[in-house]
Amino acid sequence: MASALDVIRAVKPPRTAFLDFPLGHTTGKPHDPELQREILIQALDASNRMTEPGSITTLDFCWSEADEWKKTAILEGDLRKPRNDTPQYQTEEDRTRAEANNPRSQKPQAELTCPRKMYHI
Amino acid sequence: MSGQMEAIEYIARIRNNYAKIGYKPYQWVYNHDLPPWQPFRKPLSDCRVGLIASGGIYVTGQVAFHFKDDTSFRVIPTDVNIADLRTAHFAYDQKDARRDPNVVFPIDTLRRLVREGIIGSLTEHAFTFMGGIYSSRRVRDELAPLLTECLLAEQVDVALLVPV
Repeated sequence: MASALDVIRAVKPPRTAFLDFPLGHTTGKPHDPELQREILIQALDASNRMTEPGSITTLDFCWSEADEWKKTAILEGDLRKPRNDTPQYQTEEDRTRAEANNPRSQKPQAELTCPRKMYHI
Repeated sequence: MSGQMEAIEYIARIRNNYAKIGYKPYQWVYNHDLPPWQPFRKPLSDCRVGLIASGGIYVTGQVAFHFKDDTSFRVIPTDVNIADLRTAHFAYDQKDARRDPNVVFPIDTLRRLVREGIIGSLTEHAFTFMGGIYSSRRVRDELAPLLTECLLAEQVDVALLVPV
């Protein structure tokens, strides 16, 4: 999947289904399961039909009729936040749970190893 | 139907924005060679699909991603409760992903497609990371090989990559 056409053209994955939606909506709109289903079905169908490496199929969906979101996205400034190496929890409750599961004395090994490798499967 | 305006040129936009605040131009990855190619060996309805998503998705209880070239990944069981999913990312508006993680981590949708027989099955685990990693070398040499190993260990037939 992709929502940034110029980036995907530069990277060249084997097969791409491009959805021209705002970033953060690569597989659909929130709480619209029918649309999400249709997007994924079209993407999977397209991936089956592509025969050339590096192919990109543009999925036939429109975020909105007037493309107003693109004008805004182009004019907006850089929304990126300052970067540091502290975990950025969505909620404080998440932080509490994670710190209980991962005492500072231990590295979070589960995040660094494939599950089957951990269990020697 | 497609909209009237062309697709946004993110590379140029980001380059201009960073130049305005005095940063050197970022060296975007351009792959000039054709990628490897594997034709489908069997119908999608017989395939095991493995999901990899870069929107910084994690499960409550897991350590969240940080924003300074975090090359770690999270292992998420594919029977996860959608209400337990969270996001941590700096480069996109997470509002809708936090309302409905399926927009960047289509797990309900994939489970539905399995029930409907459109795809054969899902791997036992999905894998997520935070795609705002400036070092493409570390992605290539550290993260991508691990993710590949994980998917192969789960006997995947088709890898579905969902970037943001």
